[in-house]
Amino acid sequence: MSKRTDSNGYTMVFAVVMVLIVGSLLAFLASSLKPTIKENERIEKQQNILYAMGVNENDESSANFVSTSIAGEEFSKYIKKQIVIEGDKVSESDDAYLIDVKKQQANAKAGKVRKLPLFVGEKDGKTYYVAPIRGKGLWDAIWGYVSMDENMIVQGAYFDHKGETPGLGANIKQRYFMDDFIGEHLMTESGAFKGITVAKGNNDPKNEDKTDYEVDAIAGATITGDGISAMIKKDLALYVPYFKNLKK
Amino acid sequence: MGLLSKKDAVLLTDPLADNNPITIQVLGICSALAITAELKASIVMAISVMFVLGLGNVVISLMRNIIPSKIRIIVQLIVVATLVIIVDLVLKAFAYELSKTLSVFVGLIITNCIIMGRFEAFALGNGPWRSFLDGIGNAVGYGVILIIVGFFRELLGSGTLLGFKVLGDPIEKTGLYAIGYENNGFMLLSPMALIVVGIIIWIQRSKNKSLIEEN
Repeated sequence: MSKRTDSNGYTMVFAVVMVLIVGSLLAFLASSLKPTIKENERIEKQQNILYAMGVNENDESSANFVSTSIAGEEFSKYIKKQIVIEGDKVSESDDAYLIDVKKQQANAKAGKVRKLPLFVGEKDGKTYYVAPIRGKGLWDAIWGYVSMDENMIVQGAYFDHKGETPGLGANIKQRYFMDDFIGEHLMTESGAFKGITVAKGNNDPKNEDKTDYEVDAIAGATITGDGISAMIKKDLALYVPYFKNLKK
Repeated sequence: MGLLSKKDAVLLTDPLADNNPITIQVLGICSALAITAELKASIVMAISVMFVLGLGNVVISLMRNIIPSKIRIIVQLIVVATLVIIVDLVLKAFAYELSKTLSVFVGLIITNCIIMGRFEAFALGNGPWRSFLDGIGNAVGYGVILIIVGFFRELLGSGTLLGFKVLGDPIEKTGLYAIGYENNGFMLLSPMALIVVGIIIWIQRSKNKSLIEEN
């Protein structure tokens, strides 16, 4: 028995109507929710930056941001200066945290000057310099914020990812991994930039040696770990001239 | 008569054992391998699939008489992708924290063959209520296997369960580690998930001989 739904005409009409309905539904939803989502992302950036400089609500083992309702307040309280570095030019801007690192990386590739945001925070009399980094993991983008003191010794780090494997690469945003970075040196004694490598081999599993330029890798997440090493080396190296100037 | 007739109840209970989507129908293996390194990820995935499959089965079932058979697979794909994207967008706007946890699962759900499999095998030929039960039943059956695999992989691979160190601390050498126990890092990799699923299939078939196919 041939059904009405088997005819070519019906199939075509059905496909067109379905695409129209689904397309407009999704487009409508996406554009009407966009402002709310943008706002959420903006607050999250503030929370990330604060997290990296130690303003968070961490308990013993899990990573918790300051709550969204007070993120803006805390951000203006702790972040004293937002700096934009453009080549040799250093300027201040209150919206530096909105700079899209991905876009700036593309700019740099196209031969344009890359804007480097740096957030200067103060907590308990100590100054923190928080820099954003961004790179590639196994499946998709990974990014993070690293806070340093004026000698480029890491004071805190926050990592996040778009689509790393749950249970493996996704664990870069777990405390046990992020906390390993605290205290690690980025510069050698002679003042050369060395970065931090996410290393297999477990020479220092308790992470007591802070000048080995290594942290312990996550089992089963080699490529995500390599991505972290690469983005630290690549993106943080760009800030070295600023820190060298700072000391003069 | 209760809420469920006997015929309907079978739809819920059958996928839990004798018609389990993973061990018998061999659907949804890809995600069972990908995300079972941790118990928590397994549980999140199980709940997400239950939601999408329950709802998707109802939508497909309601549309079953108007879907042209020539393009039914594409239509099914569109329905599941639309559902997942809508949920993802709404979560991003109103439950941002939750959406961060779930976002990596979105792609895995859309391409999960268990969903397409149930649309094709059941929802296209049955009413919405029965399709809903079938969806929930299969998602639970899928989830149970996911959680069993996740349990063993996390326990033997990392020595933790839901992030708690149940076997002691491997670095401080306490608990079991004090007497020389070591985590098996291989458990964290996908091949071991396949082996664990294989062991479950083996146990299940040796208990219920009727499941064994004749050669």
